Amino acid sequence: MSAPQFNEGDRGAAAAAPRRALIVRYNASERTNHWLVVIAFMLAALSGLALFHPALFFLSNLLGGGPWTRILHPYLGLTMFLLFLFLASRVARDNRMQPQDWQWLRQYRDVIENREGRLPEVGRYNAGQKLVFYAVVGCLTLLLLTGLVIWRVYSSGYFSVGLMRLASVLHAIAALVLICTIIVHIYAAIWVKGSVRAMTRGTVTPGWAWKHHRAWFREIMSHATNPRSRPD
Amino acid sequence: MALQSLDIVRRSATTTRSPQIRQAPAGGGVAKLIDTTKCIGCKACQVACMEWNDLRDEIGTNTGQYQNPHDLSASSWTLMRFAEVENPKGDLEWLIRKDGCMHCADPGCLKACPSPGAIVQYANGIVDFHEENCIGCGYCVTGCPFDIPRISKKDHKAYKCTLCSDRVAVGLEPACIKACPTGALVFGTKEDMQQHAAERIEDLKSRGFEHAGLYDPAGVQGTHVMYVLHHADQPQLYSDLPQDPHISPTVRLWKGVAKPLGIALMAFTALAGFFHYIRVGPDETDEGDEAAAAAAAAASRGPEKTP
Repeated sequence: MSAPQFNEGDRGAAAAAPRRALIVRYNASERTNHWLVVIAFMLAALSGLALFHPALFFLSNLLGGGPWTRILHPYLGLTMFLLFLFLASRVARDNRMQPQDWQWLRQYRDVIENREGRLPEVGRYNAGQKLVFYAVVGCLTLLLLTGLVIWRVYSSGYFSVGLMRLASVLHAIAALVLICTIIVHIYAAIWVKGSVRAMTRGTVTPGWAWKHHRAWFREIMSHATNPRSRPD
Repeated sequence: MALQSLDIVRRSATTTRSPQIRQAPAGGGVAKLIDTTKCIGCKACQVACMEWNDLRDEIGTNTGQYQNPHDLSASSWTLMRFAEVENPKGDLEWLIRKDGCMHCADPGCLKACPSPGAIVQYANGIVDFHEENCIGCGYCVTGCPFDIPRISKKDHKAYKCTLCSDRVAVGLEPACIKACPTGALVFGTKEDMQQHAAERIEDLKSRGFEHAGLYDPAGVQGTHVMYVLHHADQPQLYSDLPQDPHISPTVRLWKGVAKPLGIALMAFTALAGFFHYIRVGPDETDEGDEAAAAAAAAASRGPEKTP
């Protein structure tokens, strides 16, 4: 793993690691944004779960008890939504579904069985990641809207009790879908080795990009010959 | 208002049973009977409630009718609602109903409450809020089919009629009953109240109120506050008393199957990931991939440099 495979002048978008040219996948600002969303999500999800099922009410101690959980949860949700807006605006363009994405999804068995060679070439994000993106966008929007309907302190007074009941159950369902989506998202990062460092260190190895996001890799390489043309 | 002298049989956000070893009280627990046909709207019950519970609501505004305050609040646990109804004969009927918690046998507030022990049901049928455990989320408001609980703007806790659980615990009748000058309010065992109501209804029928009847709605498995109505076939005449109150199916879904199903779904998702890793294993990048990437990079540099 130590043999240099790129010489210094070829890196283009790569980081300045002397032994191997790495490809920058997320810059510091994107990583910060992502992890701020993570922190807000974790706190909002755990405090929400505390109110969802009695068996999980102990989680309310995380934020200092039941009343504090009730007070803070909506602000945490709102914070997560706003932070995610920034993140989404950064990655939305790369998450547009392409024709080959549908083919990728049809071959879900090859995806699950690690037979990536059979799949169509993937751009910056694969179809699974794109679905995660849309699920999070959809769930967070629904959570925000239904959350406003049941936010007792500020806004629930404007809505009828029937709407509050509907909003309560939709809020729970959206949160459930979101949490399951995030479990899949976290597992995918553990499953596909070399992914976590993209979000912690910001870089991936060329081999990782070649294997998992070949179309993106080719795009980087074409820009690498003209380093200033990379969009980010 | 926690009271050790009353046995708790049901407790909010608690999945195991409360102590059940003692026999259920005789006579089906306690009940308040509100005979709307005897009520003169004097509001003595409202005043007695304020006095006993040390409640002083803010002075409101006159809305052009006798109803005062205009609505229930965290500081007004009972309220005479005045409905002016024109009957088919063209006469005016002034239907006055003392509104407040109905103390349902199947309480929607208790079902919806996420905080363990914030809402309890005593063996005698009283549904009580323990404000020290209340987190102020307002789910009880969402769960109630009668629109009773109110969240205080002062302390963000939920309040409603306690059926004077503190008085009942020591063998007294609720304060409102004590104050009623016409006997429109009576208190006793549920069975006694049903019997008393039956006599009243018979009397009303003999005097031309053919639809007189008892309001003890089965949709919430009966209530421990019951009404004698002259028009039991049209409870909505009495300031929108619901015809068939029951816990909303939406609340049942949310607080019923959604809870275990939701937890199971999340656990299943996490387990699916774990066992995928155990069975299929990680997707790793190897030296071959790095070499292929290097070759592709070299090829993309190509012989000619793009501008």
